[in-house]
Amino acid sequence: MLRTPGGALSLRVPARALLVGAVLLLTAAAIAVVNLSSGDFPIPVRDVLRSLIGQGDPGTDFIVHELRLPRALVALLVGAALGASGAVFQGLTRNPLGSPDFVGMTVGAATGALVVILLLDGSGLQVAAGAIAGCVLTSVAIYLLAFRGGTQAFRLILMGVGVSALLEAFNSYLIVKGRLDEALAAQVWLIGSLGGRGWTEVTIVGITLAVLLPVVLYYGRHLNMLALGDDTATLHGVRVERSRAVLALASVGLAAGATAAAGPIAFVALAAPQLAARLTRSPGPGILPAAAMGAALMAGSDWAAQRVLPDHDIPAGVVTAAIGGLYLTWLLAREWRRGR
Amino acid sequence: MQARLRADNLTLAYDRRVVARDLGVEIADGSFTVIVGPNACGKSTLLKSLARVLKPQAGTVYLDGAAIASLPSRQVAKQLGMLPQSPVVPAGIVVEDLVARGRFAHQRLLRQWSADDEAAVREAMAVTEVSDLADRFVDELSGGQRQRVWLAVALAQQTPILLLDEPTTFLDLAHQFEVLDLCAELHEQGRTVVAVLHDLNQACRYATDLVVMRGGEIVAQGAPEAVMTADLVEHVFGVTSQVMTDPQTGTPMVVPADRRRRRGARTGQQKVSA
Repeated sequence: MLRTPGGALSLRVPARALLVGAVLLLTAAAIAVVNLSSGDFPIPVRDVLRSLIGQGDPGTDFIVHELRLPRALVALLVGAALGASGAVFQGLTRNPLGSPDFVGMTVGAATGALVVILLLDGSGLQVAAGAIAGCVLTSVAIYLLAFRGGTQAFRLILMGVGVSALLEAFNSYLIVKGRLDEALAAQVWLIGSLGGRGWTEVTIVGITLAVLLPVVLYYGRHLNMLALGDDTATLHGVRVERSRAVLALASVGLAAGATAAAGPIAFVALAAPQLAARLTRSPGPGILPAAAMGAALMAGSDWAAQRVLPDHDIPAGVVTAAIGGLYLTWLLAREWRRGR
Repeated sequence: MQARLRADNLTLAYDRRVVARDLGVEIADGSFTVIVGPNACGKSTLLKSLARVLKPQAGTVYLDGAAIASLPSRQVAKQLGMLPQSPVVPAGIVVEDLVARGRFAHQRLLRQWSADDEAAVREAMAVTEVSDLADRFVDELSGGQRQRVWLAVALAQQTPILLLDEPTTFLDLAHQFEVLDLCAELHEQGRTVVAVLHDLNQACRYATDLVVMRGGEIVAQGAPEAVMTADLVEHVFGVTSQVMTDPQTGTPMVVPADRRRRRGARTGQQKVSA
C-alpha cells in the first residue's frame, strides 16, 4: 500500500505483484544484455553495459547499437505489448483462450502484410501499415459478426476461430500464387522473426506501447470491475460499453503494433498473462506483470532462437510456438485434472 | 416533495418478453420498502430497472428528479447500490479483494486506496461478519457466506439508497434474521432500503412500506398493517390464509389454511403421480 501524507496519492499495490513484476523486468533486462553480448563476435557483458551508457569504444558501439540493440529492443517491446494485449483481452472475455492470437487478430495482421508484400510489392513500413490495417479490420469484422445485442465472450472466441481459419486459407492461397522470392519473404514474415529488425521496427512498437499502455493501465480498474459481470460493473459506476470498447481497441492496437514489428509471434499473448497471474497469485491477469512476463518470454525466446542450433538463426516465432504449445498443453492437462 | 427514487410508466421487458407495462412506483425517502409477490411477477425486474441495470423499454426512472439514465454512472453509484441476485465471481479472488472493489465509485486514478476506502471496507466486512474470511477464496465459500460477502461489497459502496434482491436466499434461519436485522439497522441510520423478499411474515415484520406485485402490476402499497389481508393473499398468491397478529412484533402474520380447507390445494382425491 502506498499513501502520501495528504492523501492526494494512494495506491493499493499487492506486494507480491510488485515483487514478481520487478523480478520479471530484471530477468528480461538481464537476458537482453546477454543477447547483446553474444553473437558471431562476442563482447563481454561489462563492455556491453559500458557501451549502453555511452562510454564504449566505437567498434563495440557499432555492434551493440546498430546491429544488436534494435533486435533486443524489438524483442522486449513486442513481448511487453503482446503480454499487455493478452491480459486485457483475456480479462474482457474472462477466458484464457480469448487472447489476440486465438481470436484471429494476428492472422488478420498477417493477411494485411501478405497483401502488401505479394499483391502491392511493398516493403518495410508499408508491410507494417498493412499488418496494422489487417489486424484492426479483422477485429472490427469479428466484433460486428459476433455482436448481437451484447457481445458474449464465447461467441466472440468461436467467431474469431472461424475467421482465423478462413484467413489462414486465404494467406496460403496468396503465398501459393506469389512469385518464389516474394513468397519466401512472405513466409519468413509469417513465422515471426526478430532477425533483421532495425530502428524502424523499434519505433513502430515503441510508439504503440507509449500511446496504448497508459490507456490500458488507466482502464485497468475498469477491467477488474468488468470481471464481476456487466450488471455489477454498472452498479458500481462503470460505463460498461464504453470501457469495454476502449479496452478492446487498445488491446487490438497493441497486438497490431507488435505484429507489425515482428510478424505474428505465437502464444506470448496467451501464455504471458496466465503465467503472470499464477506467479502473482492474483485472480485476473494483471496488465503490468503480464507485460513484464511477455518481455521476459520474448527475450528468452530470442536467446534460444539464436543458440539452440549453432549455425542457424531460428525465427523467434518458432521458439515461442514451441514453448507456448508445451505450456498450453500443461495448463489444459492441469485444469482437467482439477476437474474443471 | 417528491421521493428521491421513483419510476414512471415503465415498460419492462427481456428482449420481446414484456414483464410489466405502465408500472409506476415511488420509494419513500428513509423507508424500508419490501417488494413481495409470486414468482415471475416482476419484482426483481422492477428492482433492476430502479438500479439502472435493466433499461426500461419505455418510461423513466428518476433519481433526485433527473432521469437516472442521463446521470453520470459514477455519480449514481455513490447514491444507489444494489445486491444483485447471482453475481459473477471471478475465479481465484479472495474476499477482501472483492469487497475492496466495492469502492470503485469513490476512487480516482491516483486516489485508489484512501483511508476512507480502507475504513469502509473494514466496516462492511465487520457488520456482515466476513472479516474472518478475508483471505479465503470467494469461490470456495458456502452459499450463505458468499451472500454475506456480496452484501459487504454493496455496503462498502456506502450509498444512501440500498437495493437488495432476495438478500435472504441461501441463508439459514439465523443468518436470514441477521441480514434483516442489519438492513433494519441501516434503515435506522437513515438509509433508504428496498428489498425483494419471499417470506411474507419477514416482510411484514421489517417493512415500513410494503409493495405487493402480481403479474407485472403493483396491486397494493402501504404499511404492512394496512395492506396485508387474507383477501390480498388470496388474490395475489391464490392461497387461502388467515392473517393474525405476530405475537412478537404486533405486525401482520400470514398463516396459510390447512390443506383440506385451502382452495385449489392438493386434496386427497387427487392422485399424487410418481
